[in-house]
Amino acid sequence: MSDEKVLCDQCGEREVAVRVTHVVDGEAREVKLCDRCAAERGIQTSTTVSQTPLGGFLHALWKTADPGPADAAGTGPCPGCGATFADFRESGRLGCAECYVTFEGQLRILIRRYHGSTHHHGRRHIGPADTGQPPDDLARGLREQLRIAVSAENFELAAELRDRLKELER
Amino acid sequence: MIDLSLVSDGGIGWLDASGPESHLVLSTRVRLARNLAGRPFPVRSAESDREDILASVRDATGTATILGPATLVRLDRLARLDRQLLHERHLVSKELAVPDADTTPRSGSAVLLGGPLGVMVNEEDHLRVQGLYSGLALEAAWGGVGTLDAELAQRLAFAFHPEFGYLTSCPTNVGTGLRASVLIHLPGLVLTKEINKVLQSLVQVGLTFRGLYGEGSEVVGNFFQLSNQTTLGKSESELLDHLAKIVRQVIGYEEQARQVLLRDAPGVIEDKVWRAYGLLRYARSLSFEETMNLLSGVRLGVGLGLIPDVGMYTLNKALVFTQPAHLSAMAGTELAEDELPVRRADFVRRTLEL
Repeated sequence: MSDEKVLCDQCGEREVAVRVTHVVDGEAREVKLCDRCAAERGIQTSTTVSQTPLGGFLHALWKTADPGPADAAGTGPCPGCGATFADFRESGRLGCAECYVTFEGQLRILIRRYHGSTHHHGRRHIGPADTGQPPDDLARGLREQLRIAVSAENFELAAELRDRLKELER
Repeated sequence: MIDLSLVSDGGIGWLDASGPESHLVLSTRVRLARNLAGRPFPVRSAESDREDILASVRDATGTATILGPATLVRLDRLARLDRQLLHERHLVSKELAVPDADTTPRSGSAVLLGGPLGVMVNEEDHLRVQGLYSGLALEAAWGGVGTLDAELAQRLAFAFHPEFGYLTSCPTNVGTGLRASVLIHLPGLVLTKEINKVLQSLVQVGLTFRGLYGEGSEVVGNFFQLSNQTTLGKSESELLDHLAKIVRQVIGYEEQARQVLLRDAPGVIEDKVWRAYGLLRYARSLSFEETMNLLSGVRLGVGLGLIPDVGMYTLNKALVFTQPAHLSAMAGTELAEDELPVRRADFVRRTLEL
């Protein structure tokens, strides 16, 4: 084998860390990817696995915080809680549910890098039928979920939440 | 001092060694991270928010039939020693109970306890719905925690994103919000020096390991907490099945390692476990770390059938009750640092005499 570096098929810049074989129309095709492009496609390579979850996660965060279109510098503070992306970088904690909408671009990359996916496959929550919370609180919660559902273009869930809100306001 | 007899099983049901694989697995914990929609997460919330959250959660748990009559413990109104006692008993996290020596927990910090199930309130997330069970009991733990979560969801609007799932303060918990951990004793793998290989391969299959007290805690007494590292992209049952499968493999490796020890160095092992027993039985002063290591030796001896007449429950209890807050609680007063080793040795001696 030659010692020459093999470069990533996607970015053409970084060294290949993983080879993925897809079967398309009965034909096997190999795609060679670097750590970063692999992580963006939700493929976990050995170097993206860390023993200390938060440490590894923040490490990934620094790597993605390079200037670029997805840089957080242009994003203002979260309207929900006032937290900035710099606050998150420092503490590793988000301030509220709306932070996930405000910083969605950056978080999506980090979440995919850490979890190997951005799609939740577990149980789903659409708000209580009968609530112990005061109706105002519940409506506020449902409105927030509705806003998030719309921004994520999940219109099916949005319609369901809208019906719930209407029922509550009746 | 706090009276834990108010909690239905005294908060120590998980120590009774009644669960599956109790000779190797001390306990199984499952927790779900949840936040109420429309409220900032605890780290950025105002005191009034946290009080409202506590009130909402308390009301909701009041009608949760699986929890039964729960005991509410407000950690923000509890003396440090009592908070430490709850932490030593694995009922609350360090972050909630004893953030550090001189800091009191943030206002509204509380835990609701009902047998093996409980809810931590205003920790890193508004709710940490948790269950702690004896032995390797992932199914039972998920049965309890999953049902409690579903019951609470009837009353509370949780922050949920259609793509990312349940939203949490730290994105490492987003999605299912589920962390399942199995506390397992692996002296055979440590003695045969196979442990690093096993731990490395755990990391490769998406699991992580920690010490006796979770994140950031050191491995003592050859106890390892094995848990899922990621929480998103797989369903709850997929995460739990994967962990169960790997834990079963690790149990197999540990049992093999023990057979190797018995085959290749029976005299050395027998001497080692009886020496550990002898020290625990007669020492007059013991440090916590030494106690953990000696208990590990005796536990191995019991597991191999070399030491008869010592029950796993006795050994489990000794692990928890030899810690500083427990020794102080038994003495009825806060013990000074230099009094602890003598009290600890007294307790262990009395326990093993029975």
